[in-house]
Amino acid sequence: MKEKKVKENLTEELAPETQANTAVETDVVAAEVAVETQVETVAAETATQETATETTATEEDIHGENLHDKVKVLSPGATVAKRFFRSKLSVIGLVTIILLFLFSFAGPLFSPWAANGGTVLDTNPDLIKEILATKPVSYTVDGVTYEALAVSARLPSVVKLGDISASHWMGTDVLGYDVLTRLMYGGRISLTIGFVVVILETIIGVIMGSLAGYFGKWVDSLIMRIVDVLSCIPSLPIMLILYSVFYNIKDVSKLYYMMMVLCLIGWVGTARLVRGQILSLREQEFMLAAKASGLSTASKMFKHLLPNVIPQLIVSMTLGLGNIILMEATLGFLGIGAPADTPTWGNLINLANEATYRQYYPNLWVGAGICITLAILAFNFVGDGLRDAFDPKMKR
Amino acid sequence: MGKYFKYIIKRLLFAILILFGVSVILYVLIRVSPNDAFADLIKTSHANSSDEELEQLLYDSLNPYGLYDKSFWGIIQGYFIWLGKFLTGDMGISYAYGKRPVSEVIGQYMWTSFGISFASLIIEMIIAIPLGIKCAVNQYGKLDYAATVLCMVGIAFPSFFLGNILIKWFAVDLGWFETGGLNSVGGGGFIDTLWHLVLPMFVLVVLNIGGLMRYTRTNTLEVLNADYIRTARAKGLSEGKVVYKHVFRNTMIPLVTQLTFTLPGLFGGAMITEQVFNLPGIGNIAYQGLFRGDIFLSMGYNMFLAVLTVIGVLLADIMYAVVDPRVKLTA
Repeated sequence: MKEKKVKENLTEELAPETQANTAVETDVVAAEVAVETQVETVAAETATQETATETTATEEDIHGENLHDKVKVLSPGATVAKRFFRSKLSVIGLVTIILLFLFSFAGPLFSPWAANGGTVLDTNPDLIKEILATKPVSYTVDGVTYEALAVSARLPSVVKLGDISASHWMGTDVLGYDVLTRLMYGGRISLTIGFVVVILETIIGVIMGSLAGYFGKWVDSLIMRIVDVLSCIPSLPIMLILYSVFYNIKDVSKLYYMMMVLCLIGWVGTARLVRGQILSLREQEFMLAAKASGLSTASKMFKHLLPNVIPQLIVSMTLGLGNIILMEATLGFLGIGAPADTPTWGNLINLANEATYRQYYPNLWVGAGICITLAILAFNFVGDGLRDAFDPKMKR
Repeated sequence: MGKYFKYIIKRLLFAILILFGVSVILYVLIRVSPNDAFADLIKTSHANSSDEELEQLLYDSLNPYGLYDKSFWGIIQGYFIWLGKFLTGDMGISYAYGKRPVSEVIGQYMWTSFGISFASLIIEMIIAIPLGIKCAVNQYGKLDYAATVLCMVGIAFPSFFLGNILIKWFAVDLGWFETGGLNSVGGGGFIDTLWHLVLPMFVLVVLNIGGLMRYTRTNTLEVLNADYIRTARAKGLSEGKVVYKHVFRNTMIPLVTQLTFTLPGLFGGAMITEQVFNLPGIGNIAYQGLFRGDIFLSMGYNMFLAVLTVIGVLLADIMYAVVDPRVKLTA
């Protein structure tokens, strides 16, 4: 019991040291053991004056265990990972995100209603087979006569607004598509858009922010005034204006264009963050050292300044992902994003606008709502967890 | 006072510069959009007109504001014509709302939004601020943990999803509340209106309370670590006195400034919530107008929001300087 406690003490003391230091100290202790076990000398006197901790450690060493194996030295990355996984909420968030990705990207592979890049209508197969009449016909094209069989058959009837059943776990929608499969394909678009927009925003934000922070003077004032202007533009109403800008585009590319404009407005947060960090980092000693070593501007910026901003960037990107997914969903809900037949989470929840569907067919839209909420919540949990994990001042 | 005056003037000039930038961006966006949405809107009220007549109508309505000429110089000239009109308070005519001036439409529906948002803000503050302080004082306690998780769930809930679920369950299935507009058909009166507002206000409170609570919590934690709190404790003050006299007052500094940022939300309306509950607030009106291609209303509403945002930021800076005398006035 006592031994264990002492071990903990040692670990705490040594943890911040580097591996090399630990090794050296172990050697010293070992040397002292050797002296102590011999006849009392002056050296042994000093050794006994050492703290109790070290004496216990030496005892352990005698039993053939090396202190080296007990002291775990963690790299900064491993420390962050350890802190991250210690928080329950972050783990829940991470698992949810992984599940949502599996659901969206792997799910359609197992769905019988998925077809090459889109969902298929549920048609009644018996009715397609019902051929009403056949009649042999012949016609001539470019001098060649073709013999053919004209078939008149009953049109396939589509199972519209089907109930929840064994073949449709969440029913079918207005057009006869399987809701669950649409939900999976919707996740593909919504999640992909989230990532692409956040990465683009971050790239622009980092470039602008580091330019402003590093060069200062007129570059800084110019960029910061642009940031001020852009941050005054309301994001949702501007989306409505963009709806009329891209009024004539009727396919899914409209959503991509709108999101691209969103990137051009949304980088300001990242730019502010990067600029602030660089302004404070620029004044620190290691930058003076970098300057004294005669490093180039690019090397100073990309090797010494930007790596120090990465923790905050990762946090803001994770939190930003939730926002972009919410934005896409909002556009879909308001009916101004992708065309109505494109499966996105936002478009699926759009049906809740109509009282009939809202009241009698909750299976059509509740699933999408839950997916959106889960995604936002999960990204927020992970973002918060990362922020705490990266913060060296956090004690918990 | 001279110091404040100079500072405020400087900030005002910056604000005007920012608004100028915003107006240029909005104007460019409006001009690069095809007039099709607007033409469709005009068509609805002149169903029997020929194509030439429609083109003439389009010209008559757009040209006075410099929005018709699509040539390069026309676009540049148009900006100044539009800006001139805007500065005199003429934001154009809203074709989606009975051909009334945009400023009149905004002025009329703004107050409904303000009433709803203001009431929700008060409720939020009453709940979030004491809760945030309590959570910070008992950091990592059970209450703190529960409140943090609940807040994050509240923040994550999309307003349209929450709103529609509430309508389905509480308004239709259970029949407890009325929804859709401010009054029931044939009904009226204050109680009736209040009954219609319970669910939308609940949505607004749930959405915003998380942010306010977490903000209060973070700030309280910072104050709790300050030296003067240690001094207060060292003097032997009771914990209640430390928290409610020393911590609380200092927490209010960032909170007061934070509240000025709610200005656009207060007057600009909550677009989605109002749309879901079909309330006649400015958010919903603007959405309907924008959706139908009413470009004058789009421009007017967006500029209105931008002005509110700029005023909010300006007020925050000034308030910060007034509330906290340690703040140096550097623009």
